[in-house]
Amino acid sequence: MSFSVTHPSLRQKWIAGTLVILYALLTILPLLWIIATGFKSPSDAIAYPPKVVFDPTLEGYVNLFTTRTRMTPEALEEAGPPQTWYDQIVRQYDMVISGPSRYGERFLNSVIIGFGSTFLSVFLGTLAAYGFSRFKVPLKDDLMFFILSTRMMPPIAVAIPIFLMFRQLGLSDTHLGMILLYTAVNLSLSVWLLKGFIDEIPVEYEEAALIDGYTRFQAFYKVVLPQAATGIASTAIFCLIFSWNEYAFAVLLTSGTAQTAPPFIPTIIGVGKDWPAVAAGTTLFLVPVMVFTILLRKHLLRGITFGAVRK
Amino acid sequence: MHSRHLLTAGACALLMSGLASQAKAEDLTLCWASWDPANALVELSKDFEAQSGHNMSFEFVPWPNFADRMLNELNSGGKLCDLMIGDSQWIGGSAENGHYVKLNDFFDAEGIKMDDFIDATVTGYSEWPKNSPNYWALPAFGDVVGWTYRKDWFERPELRAEFKEKYGRDLGVPETFAELKDIAEFFQEREIDGKTVYGASIYTERGSEGITMGAMDVLYSFGFLYENPDQPYDMEGFVNSEGAVAGLEYYKELYDCCTPPGSSNGYMSEGIDAFKSGQVALQMNFAFTWPGFESDANVGHGKTGYFVNPKGPNGDQFAQLGGQGISVVSYSDKKDAALEYIKWFAQPEVQAKWWEMGGFSCLKAVTLSPEFPESQPYAQTFLDSMAVVKDFWAEPSYATLLQDTQRRFHDYVVAGNGTAQEALDGLVRDWTETFEDDGKL
Amino acid sequence: MTDETTVRDSATARAPHARGFRGLSDRMVGWTFIAPSIILLLAINIFPLIWTIRLSLTNYRANRTAAEVKSVGLRNYERILTDPDIWNAMQATAHFVFWTLFLQVLIGFTLAYLINKKFRGNDLWTTIIVLPMMLSPAVVGNFWTFLYQPQIGLFNYFVGFLTGADPSSFSMIGDTALAPWAIVIVDTWMWTPFVMLICLAGLRSIPESIYEAAECDRASKWRQFWTITIPMALPFLMLAVLFRGIENFKMFDLVVQLTGGGPGSITELTSINLKREAFEKWRTGYASAYAVILFVTVFGLASIYVKALNKVKER
Repeated sequence: MSFSVTHPSLRQKWIAGTLVILYALLTILPLLWIIATGFKSPSDAIAYPPKVVFDPTLEGYVNLFTTRTRMTPEALEEAGPPQTWYDQIVRQYDMVISGPSRYGERFLNSVIIGFGSTFLSVFLGTLAAYGFSRFKVPLKDDLMFFILSTRMMPPIAVAIPIFLMFRQLGLSDTHLGMILLYTAVNLSLSVWLLKGFIDEIPVEYEEAALIDGYTRFQAFYKVVLPQAATGIASTAIFCLIFSWNEYAFAVLLTSGTAQTAPPFIPTIIGVGKDWPAVAAGTTLFLVPVMVFTILLRKHLLRGITFGAVRK
Repeated sequence: MHSRHLLTAGACALLMSGLASQAKAEDLTLCWASWDPANALVELSKDFEAQSGHNMSFEFVPWPNFADRMLNELNSGGKLCDLMIGDSQWIGGSAENGHYVKLNDFFDAEGIKMDDFIDATVTGYSEWPKNSPNYWALPAFGDVVGWTYRKDWFERPELRAEFKEKYGRDLGVPETFAELKDIAEFFQEREIDGKTVYGASIYTERGSEGITMGAMDVLYSFGFLYENPDQPYDMEGFVNSEGAVAGLEYYKELYDCCTPPGSSNGYMSEGIDAFKSGQVALQMNFAFTWPGFESDANVGHGKTGYFVNPKGPNGDQFAQLGGQGISVVSYSDKKDAALEYIKWFAQPEVQAKWWEMGGFSCLKAVTLSPEFPESQPYAQTFLDSMAVVKDFWAEPSYATLLQDTQRRFHDYVVAGNGTAQEALDGLVRDWTETFEDDGKL
Repeated sequence: MTDETTVRDSATARAPHARGFRGLSDRMVGWTFIAPSIILLLAINIFPLIWTIRLSLTNYRANRTAAEVKSVGLRNYERILTDPDIWNAMQATAHFVFWTLFLQVLIGFTLAYLINKKFRGNDLWTTIIVLPMMLSPAVVGNFWTFLYQPQIGLFNYFVGFLTGADPSSFSMIGDTALAPWAIVIVDTWMWTPFVMLICLAGLRSIPESIYEAAECDRASKWRQFWTITIPMALPFLMLAVLFRGIENFKMFDLVVQLTGGGPGSITELTSINLKREAFEKWRTGYASAYAVILFVTVFGLASIYVKALNKVKER
């Protein structure tokens, strides 16, 4: 027979490859469309039939980062000629830039809350994972299951008491509140992933260190941590991506000061259906994750299936 | 000696004034919806900044998220907003739960009189309980649902002739809702200048308050009442009266026959888009959208006409109130500066400028001035509409009442489930349950 | 897998003999490592859960702080279980969960099977397929409403191109018949890669020697597929179903942005329904009872499923 499951023939590879590539192209089409729409003019964006070839413009990005006011011709006259290229773009609609938009702040909030909660959840997660991995902890299995089960609650269900708690403690719409919350949500993933990584480090290393006169904490710090570095890094990426993408808590618990980008981006559209600005905001928010994914694919793909495949 | 005293006194005065102005220069945040009037307010507020030395920041949220996010902010006791231009229906909850500062003493001290503002706006935006002299806001932006139409199309002789032949009357501003539907049907899927156009754009939005505002705007004139005028919260036979059922059926017919494709979830901004792009002949929308049409390249400069909500089958004529009052948030640390802003905003000169810039002032000195009706093509329509307004519940449970309405109306009108009678019967049940929970029944 | 278990066991078995830390017993050291995490989880997960249960027995409303809070016993639960709206939401959720799982398993497994043919460049294409699941569902969902626009939307254009239908004649998120499928399509687009990756791990875990033995026995390829590939990959598939099932039962962000639960309440999944009760109507007590019911449902279904899964694994 010409085929074999373990060693596919060239023809089989061809067919498989073609089908997979077709699916891949179909699946990234919406993403490419987002990126392209960001560089269209508003009228090109809603053209029928949809435009594949168009004159690229930065209008969407200018609109994303600014607020604008429409002016009467007299007022425009008074304002004088446009000073910069972005003024120029806005002027074609009889508008002037009246200030920056909120997008920059919201993006920054995403960065602060994302990195803050990632650091905390990886830090706590590493400690706990080490504890579970190396010590006899009473009710270990129950505790591990308890940690996992915290993920089963629908976020909206958890949000009700969290909302009341944050109101009581003055944590509503604060960076600290969101960091603590995301840390708690990420912790289950972080403990489970890291425990797997630490389990893989032979315990003999630490024993040798302990015999050399290291304390437990020194052994953890100087021997285990460096060994687990790759695992910690890929766990961190997962936590970061979760915090970056999270919407339900953000929309319910933040309103301005600490609002992250996901609840903000859908509101960019405003009156007048400014799809290029939405696409621009979406692109800037998604592209870092896409680049990350492609660069770090080896570690990430392993991490996704990790929890599932181990147990 | 003498000169030294003087000097010290001078230094003291300098220090004092420095201290005083330092204590006063605050960073105030005003929260409102993100729409054209808000941009106008930013411009207007520059005068306040110059005069008071305070610095104004703004947090504007698009309409579909506005109530959700701002009520969330108030309910969580947030300090984001010092001043809130909140929707009229929030007043009950915000008053009872202490989100807003009560303004009676302040009004008395500053000589601001509520009699100086359009009566409907005072009741609608400021009072809680309704029709009692307890004020929680200063009427800031008057608004009401009305209609715009394509005057240029209505004036085309060939269309007028065809319309006359078909309906036996002239194509013009509809007097009744029945006439309005005829006109919408007439324009539905008609070719005008090589483009397919449609009859009317109406509110159908599900998420916030759209379809309720739109359907209620029609239901009032068909005989819908929120409650028994003699017995509060008695709704059976008023909410689901024969007239109300006919009104809701009418709204569905209008939706089915005469709206552009894909208008299953449209509110103010979708209406603006549909009208400006020349897709529809008639458009239901709040008055705030009107200044934008006047200056628009496509539909401005005389191409747009305005009319008050038409009459129902029995000749009743009402319109849905919109608009907001401006309040001081009680969680703010800068209440004094915030009050200063309201004091400034209430001045007749500021209000006059507000109207000029596209803000619908509620001050009688502005709206009742002899020049007012001529000042804008829509000014008279605005005044006439404001005279016949009704508003949704402003109870503390308004959000619950509203969400139930949204669901019932959207389920019937857009999704086509059940009958109008069932929808309104269901609404009576929902509302009764809510009032029972509140201990009002 | 057995190797790892031994490593772990030896670790726990031997560690206690190691030297303690400044008089602290080893157990205490272990606890100091674990305690901060447990405390945080108690504060942000368990305490709120208990609070939710307490609230669920009252008529509390979070937007009416001044009102008196009364205990209403189990009335909230009774009302929820007899409320037809909530059964609608449950049905919408069941439809969504069933069809997304069905499509994702079907497409995900097929893709994994094809990728496992190890054609050149397969890892790059795998990465591209994985991209959607790394992105923010709310942000992507928001943009999909643009792709779903009648006439101007890319999706409608694409469907029109393939079927000859007029792209302005249907609205994926506006038509009652189409909206439930609109959310299934986007979720499938986003999460098929997840199922695919787990299936891929499953396929790769099958030792080649089994196939080689089967080939010696002249078993047909079809037979090999059904007697080796499927049974060996089944535990992985079931795990993928578990994870996606739980996630989609909780689904909120993507669907809120896509349809907001509409038209009417056709796509109002339980989470969206719950959000309306809790944060729009502000019926906190009632919504808390709702939350408890949802949690018990997920937990119950998941436990039953895990039992079944373990049986399959043992076989």
